[in-house]
Order: sequence, then structure tokens, then C-alpha cells
Amino acid sequence: MDRSALRVGNALVGNEDGAAALEATLVGPAIAFDDPTLIAITGGDLDATIDGQPTPMWRAICVPRGATLRFGRPKAGCRAYVALAGGIDVPLIFGSRSTYLRAHFGGHEGRPVRVGDVLRTQEPGPIARQIAALVRNGHDDGAVAVASWSAGHTLRMRYSSDPVVRLIAGAHAELLAAPSRTKLFSASFTVSSSSDRMGYRLEGVELPLRNPVELLSEGVAFGTMQLPPDGMPIILMADRQTTGGYPRIGEVASVDLPLVAQLKPGDRLRFRPVSVDEAQQAYLLHEQDLAQARLAIALRHSRTK
Amino acid sequence: MHYSALGDHAVLITLGDSIDERTHRRVRAVTARIDADPPQGFVDRVPAFASVVVHYEPRLVGADDPSPHDAFVAALQRILSDIRDDELPTARVVEIPVCYGGDLGPDIEDVARQHAIDAQAVTDIHVAGDYLVYMVGFMPGFAYLGGLSSRIATPRRRSPRMAVPAGSVGIGGEQTGVYPLVSPGGWNLIGRTPLRIFDITRDEPALLATGDRVRFYPITRDEFHAWAE
Repeated sequence: MDRSALRVGNALVGNEDGAAALEATLVGPAIAFDDPTLIAITGGDLDATIDGQPTPMWRAICVPRGATLRFGRPKAGCRAYVALAGGIDVPLIFGSRSTYLRAHFGGHEGRPVRVGDVLRTQEPGPIARQIAALVRNGHDDGAVAVASWSAGHTLRMRYSSDPVVRLIAGAHAELLAAPSRTKLFSASFTVSSSSDRMGYRLEGVELPLRNPVELLSEGVAFGTMQLPPDGMPIILMADRQTTGGYPRIGEVASVDLPLVAQLKPGDRLRFRPVSVDEAQQAYLLHEQDLAQARLAIALRHSRTK
Repeated sequence: MHYSALGDHAVLITLGDSIDERTHRRVRAVTARIDADPPQGFVDRVPAFASVVVHYEPRLVGADDPSPHDAFVAALQRILSDIRDDELPTARVVEIPVCYGGDLGPDIEDVARQHAIDAQAVTDIHVAGDYLVYMVGFMPGFAYLGGLSSRIATPRRRSPRMAVPAGSVGIGGEQTGVYPLVSPGGWNLIGRTPLRIFDITRDEPALLATGDRVRFYPITRDEFHAWAE
């Protein structure tokens, strides 16, 4: 859901984008490590501890054999990511290692991880091995070792339970009644409890159209805001459908999708209008920061050769 | 052919405004051309009734261009400048058994009432149709079928259901189709098929493909349950 946090986590442990990591929502797992493993925890703060000691986020960490990672209550956001050097060994299906719960395929047996599962990683690459050596340097093998460097502040989203999210007006925004258009960019919406990885339903504000319409289904995107006839918008998320037939009144700027992905039922959000061009410039800036972080990690690796 | 932004990672190419075979052929021709010659930064394409959405990665479109959106649209325009739709392959015919009404088709009475007919008439009209797979989308294997009689065309429900069972046959506006997986959905459910519409263990997971012809035939509840086992 929070692709930025996932990618930063993978970068911190020397993985390629697209390596499989764990996503923990609201309640995290307890993970016992059977082998020493290089990990990074990113995304929402679920109060992670290793063997009872608070664990920093957004940093590479060497976890010793026999240690246990646990999570507590969410302190900020609701989804934490645990990236593991090498990535979790799951099959590539339709070009992805992610789990599609609704269709029961992808990831680990097409389902959420449960108690008793044993996960294996793929063989860590040269960068991952070097990061692990750097982090472990000076620490004894049985202790947790934390990298002295971390992901820069531009890569750590400021998660909030009432963010302002940039929204590009959609193809059918013009179909909104005038008061609806004003409300879209001024009112505060609440994330409904019937929200999931496919879509976030927003409540508290109704956005009637000038006239009811029936549209032909067509392609939608991650972040598309649909408006069903009941006037309550839905933001399409990571497990969204490929097409939809409800009016599309907006698309969340990609760079702000992590802010939405970290919202939980009951949280609130508001929208600020943005042009396609502004949204793309903000996205490219974020991508540049991530590319620079990857480069910095690779440079540390080459300097120590 | 009209190009517009679908957010900051996709472009919508509009090719018409109705469900008809001529527009469908243009959609397939455009899709085939993009597949044969994908522009720089291309990620995926989603053909629909009268449009094609092309997803792209803004940072890969071209390093020098100040606007990835403008650059990507320009690249699509170059690729699609001389589209032909007279070389498309012929259609397969797929037959789908459906148990209509009852708890397997809980909205059939609603649909019937809106058209002042009875549930049997809804079944008869639905079975008599000759349908064309205009697009596959919404979820893996979901085929949107054109050819629904206006006598049973029915607007989507006001608020979508959270969980529609796999195999449910629905009507949404002037479209009909079968839900391949349990999913939320706003269509009126008139019956259910025991066939697996999407099965990841098959070589070709989706039963239906764009361009297929489809016919429905009625089965009884007993036949439905025997089939499902």
C-alpha cells in the first residue's frame, strides 16, 4: 500500500525494488529469526522491539540468530514494512511478488502470513552482504547492530491522522454540483470502517452530482477517486480493480498516496487541488531523493571494498 | 481520438462514447499497436469499451522533457497516427451455464419490477442474447459483455455490496457479466454460474478474452450444485 516505505526499506537492505517484504497492518507479527538477517523497518510506527529493546526505524539492522522482532500499538500511521536482505522467497506472478488476497494468489500461498509460517529469503546480493558487514562491524555476533546512517528525512513521510492530500481534478469533476465541488476541496472526510486494500470509502461529506449519470467502464489508477451514486467517494488503493464505471472526480497525486495508505478507519483527510504537472514534479523530486539514497548506499559499499 | 490525464501515472485514450462493434475494433487495434511498439516508460494498458488507459512511469518517459505527461502523449500520438482495424482475428464462442434467480440471483425480482416483467422473462431475455466480450477488467478475468437487451438493462445499485460471490451473473446499466472472484460490486445479481471464470492454476487463468462471443443457458439449482462438486 505504502510503496514509498516499501521501496525505501528495500533500498536500505540493498534489495532491488520489487523484492518481497512483509507489510504489517495495525497489529504486527512476532518474528523469530532462525539466522542472522539484515532488515529494515519502515512505514508506519508500530512500536517495534527486538528482544524487548525499542528498535529504530528507517535504518539497516543486523538481527542475530534467535532474536525476536515484535510490534506494539500503532504510534503513527498503521502499516509497517519489514524489508529483509535478499527479499522473501516467493514466486513472481504476473511480474509481481505481492499477495492478492481477494483472488488467493501471489506472495506466500496467496494468503496473509499466519502463526507458525516459516519464511525464507532469497540469497542476499553483494550490496546487501556488504551493508551487513558494515553494520555488524565492531559488534559481536550475538547482539543487535544498528546502522549509523538512516534514510533521509525527505524519504520519511510525515504520517498524520488528518493529512491534507493533493488531488488532481478528475475527468468527471465537472459533473459535480457546484456546492459539491467546493466541498471536495474544503471539507474534512472520514475514512470509513468498510475500507480495505482495494479502496478507502470516505464518509461524512456527500458530494451529489448535478444529474445522475451511467458511464461506460474504463481504466482506473492507484489513487482514483470514484463517486458512486450515494455521493460518498471511494479512493482506489493498491488492490484496486483495473477498470471502473463510477464517475472519476479526482486522482490523488502519487507522491501523497503513502499518506492515504497509512490512514486507518476513523482518521480524517482533506484535499488540496494540484495540476498534473505539479504532481509529476513533486513525484520526480521524491524519486530523485530515493535514487540518491540508493547511490549513497552503493557508494558506502564500494568505498569499503 | 482524445488524450487526457488519468492522474500523474496514466493517460486515457478515448475512442468513442458508446458500446458498439466499430468502437470495439478501434480499441483492439489501438491496443495491438501499443503492444507491438510500446512507448518509452510504458507500464501497462487497459482496453475498455470505448477507451484504452495506458499506465506509465513518469521518471522513465524521457529524462530531458519537463512534462512527462506531455512527452508520453506525444509518443502515443506518433505510434497511433495510422491505425487500421481490418486485420483482427475471428472470435471464439464460449457457452456459460447459469442458475437464475433465488438466493443465487437475489436482484432478479428487482430487475423484473423495474421493467414491469417477471423473473422468468428476465431469464428468457438474458438467455436469448448473443454477447461479445468488449473488455476484460475490473478484476482478474472479469469480462464485460455487450449485447444486453434494453428490455433488462438496469442501473447499478445505489451502494455497492461489500462481497459478491464468485460466479455471480450481474447487470450494470446496459452491461452484463460474471464475477470471477468474491469482490465488492454494484451490479444487480440475477444468477450464478458454477464455472470457474478465473483460475490461476490453469495455463490460461481467464475463461474469457476480449473479442470472444458468449452465450448463456439456464440450469436448475440441482444441476448447479452437482456442477460445483
